[in-house]
Amino acid sequence: MKSLAVKNLKGKPVRTAVLILLSALLTAAVFGASVIVSSLRTGLGSLENRLGADIMVVPYEATTQKKFENIVLQGATGYFYMDNKRAEQVMQTEGIKQASAQYFLASTSSSCCSVAVQIIGFDPETDFTITPWVKKSYGSQLKKYDVVVGNDLNAFVGDSIQFFGVECHVAAKLERTGTSFDTAAFTNTETIKELINTSVVKKMNSVGDVDPDNAVSCLMINVAEGYTPEQVVNDINLHVKKVKAIRSEELISGVSQSLDGVCEVIGIMIAAVWLLGLVILILAFTMSINERRKEFAVLRVIGASRAGLAGIVLKEACLSCLLGSVVGAGIGLLVIIPFNGFIEQLMGLPFLLPGAGELVKYILAALALSVISGALAAAVSALRVSRIDTGVILRGDN
Amino acid sequence: MSLTAEGLTKEFIRETKNTNRFTAVDNVSLTLDSGELTVLMGRSGSGKTTLLNMLSGLLEPSSGRVSYDGRSLYEMSDKQLSRLRNKHFGVIPQGQTAIHSLSVMENIMLPFALYGEGGAEDESYARELMERLDILQLEGAKPAELSGGELRRMAIARAVIRKPPVIFADEPTGDLDDENTIAVFDFLKALAGEGAAVLVVTHENDAKPYADKLLTMSSGRLNECE
Repeated sequence: MKSLAVKNLKGKPVRTAVLILLSALLTAAVFGASVIVSSLRTGLGSLENRLGADIMVVPYEATTQKKFENIVLQGATGYFYMDNKRAEQVMQTEGIKQASAQYFLASTSSSCCSVAVQIIGFDPETDFTITPWVKKSYGSQLKKYDVVVGNDLNAFVGDSIQFFGVECHVAAKLERTGTSFDTAAFTNTETIKELINTSVVKKMNSVGDVDPDNAVSCLMINVAEGYTPEQVVNDINLHVKKVKAIRSEELISGVSQSLDGVCEVIGIMIAAVWLLGLVILILAFTMSINERRKEFAVLRVIGASRAGLAGIVLKEACLSCLLGSVVGAGIGLLVIIPFNGFIEQLMGLPFLLPGAGELVKYILAALALSVISGALAAAVSALRVSRIDTGVILRGDN
Repeated sequence: MSLTAEGLTKEFIRETKNTNRFTAVDNVSLTLDSGELTVLMGRSGSGKTTLLNMLSGLLEPSSGRVSYDGRSLYEMSDKQLSRLRNKHFGVIPQGQTAIHSLSVMENIMLPFALYGEGGAEDESYARELMERLDILQLEGAKPAELSGGELRRMAIARAVIRKPPVIFADEPTGDLDDENTIAVFDFLKALAGEGAAVLVVTHENDAKPYADKLLTMSSGRLNECE
């Protein structure tokens, strides 16, 4: 009776379009929300992978800045410096296995800079957080004035890019992380020191007089075996003045908590939308079937079994919901893929779209959920249709 | 082929002054034979349609038995009975019974479509029926474009597309003009002539001349006239 179900759907285009639209909206909402949750989780995973340090040490006053976590964790624009002596003092702390300094600077949107971005300087000799990530895109050593740019930055390998009037060369483009690192630029110590110096000379550095040879923004630390990050953090905070040591996990947990909250809200919304969609589909099928009681009575007269009538209703529901879910998944993709940068900005959380394989899984899950919802919604109508009293209906309509 | 009813009774639960049971058909026995057109007449509410529904396997009797070629209809499963109705019984219900989303041809082929059957040969027979019933030109039309008489002739073609041995027609000329009434009775008589057992339920006297057997019903009881 599959062909009959198809003929029925084709024969009533408005009714079918309404069912397809309902199903499409349901799928788009559920699919879109699921992909957003997954992207947030993938983004957090990417952030954790990228971090690679047990402890971060920053100047104490930096922790009072609003976006401090985002600057250190995600590469948001902003900068601060501490005296090199403090950094050396920190490195004397017992239990440190590796330590590497990082330097932050934000370019401006004025004519001296091609683009306003966060510039992060690292020492390729000691670095253990940025280098492994950069190596995936650029195998060679960065030379002076070489920069590696984030994936979302509108600059490509071979391009020239200007910061504070200094011409830099784009050596590589990094893979996407779903964080503000995607719009940041990375360079070596030599280059960043010159950029900081130029920004100071041109009076474009908001910190004021900074001696780049005597300042660092942040120290990334890995603890040695036999020590815990807590021990080393406490030791640094106790013995080195004007700095703040923070466990990376502690920083991540703030983002993770916000993400858990957002995911919970989205999860509740998905459930609510699904329930609402199910109720609307039940009503739509009930109304449609009530309208077609005589049609089903006629089918019974010409030899349809009770199970056969229920089968027609279920097949129509599954077919229309399948079509709707394909449309819905398409709408979801069309909204999420081109606007993922906007969604990331809106949420202020790391946001990294899952890979194609993962997206296909979500699409299939959304299709299955939609078809199951359609079948569930139509089950009540199918049961009613299978119990139809042919005689009463045909006589009642005459 | 023979269809036999023995002691058929149908009671409905209905609130009245003295009792909550209403007997629509009361202990009816009859036989429909091949090649005969049986006309069942009676006033509205006499139990004619209830009897037709029981005979065609659509309404289970309260008591009694309906047998088709020795097999009791109501001892079959719903699936078996539905298949029997699909292949062996042609039922023309009262009123307009077209499926409006389908074309005239698709409506006529519906008994095949229900079970995923029907080929070019059956479509060719459908066209032959349409020609006999003078609706061939409406093959691709939708029911909304048809007149009452055309719709009725389409319902008749649909009922007989599988060449069923038994045909049940419930008020087949109820809302038709004289010309259409004659055309329908002529067609049903021709089918009986081709070997089908035809039962026509009607309250119209126009049917009498076509009857090989004339039955009347009143208050659920059956009387044979000739």
